Amino acid sequence: MSDEIKMPVEGSHIMMFARSVGDENPIYHDEEYAKTTEVGHVIAPPTFPRAVAQFDPDYFLRWRPSQSWFGSGKNPTGLTEPSKSTGGLHAEQHFEYHRQLKPGDKLTVTVKPGKTWEKESKRAGKLMFTETIQEYRDQNGELVITSRGVGVKTERPVEQS
Amino acid sequence: MALNASQLKEGDTHQEIVVDDLTRTQLVMYSGASGDYNPLHTDDLYCKEAAGYPGVFAHGMLSMGLTGKMLTNYVGDGRLKKYGVRFTNQVWPGDTLTAKATVVEVREEGGEQVVDLMLETTNQDGKTVVTGSATARVDP
Repeated sequence: MSDEIKMPVEGSHIMMFARSVGDENPIYHDEEYAKTTEVGHVIAPPTFPRAVAQFDPDYFLRWRPSQSWFGSGKNPTGLTEPSKSTGGLHAEQHFEYHRQLKPGDKLTVTVKPGKTWEKESKRAGKLMFTETIQEYRDQNGELVITSRGVGVKTERPVEQS
Repeated sequence: MALNASQLKEGDTHQEIVVDDLTRTQLVMYSGASGDYNPLHTDDLYCKEAAGYPGVFAHGMLSMGLTGKMLTNYVGDGRLKKYGVRFTNQVWPGDTLTAKATVVEVREEGGEQVVDLMLETTNQDGKTVVTGSATARVDP
């Protein structure tokens, strides 16, 4: 992840995001309706801030034309030497909202590493946890959202019980 | 639509089915909207033959997004102050998820009335896939 990411908040992106979580609430796409509500404008669903991934130039979970990709094409994976690790899974996610996002916001997201720790699990072997703190500030420098994510790398795929 | 502090009490619950028979198409939609294109969520061949999983499974953030839909339906739009979860089990295509909020406390914070909620989302087998908590502003 880059240390600082510029994230413009756009109405069409909010609409697509809300659709993808199956949320048909008009507050996420209908300006006229939104004007009649307490908030008074279109807002973003609570988990939208993580769509910052779209704006991270170095995001490693996005295919791009000039690099080998670990997903399938001709072969099950495009990597010639697939990594033994199954990659990261998301373990925890916490948001604190200082105000609601709205289309037109120009956010600057700063990314800071947090704690790291390890744990042994029966279902996936050794677990390596890494915390990431993201602070979302708006065009006026005001803190809008604080996000704390915990990622986990597993020694082997999670066993299905 | 907002909740009233005077009408809420500890132990009150609200629950909704937030997805019925989760489709692979929805996983593709979530990848496209969120920017998380991890093949674990869209690429069955990769999952089975390279990653050691029985097939694609949902993004943790999709489970959180689905749970969030129940939450905002309950507390009202623009009312959330805090929302956090832990992903406890994977979610698979075909799953039907029920998200539930339970009132823990109604209290005052910075001159406002807020409600603290405990959250749990379970699949069709009763297995917990998400646990969490949230705080939302409520009307006095």
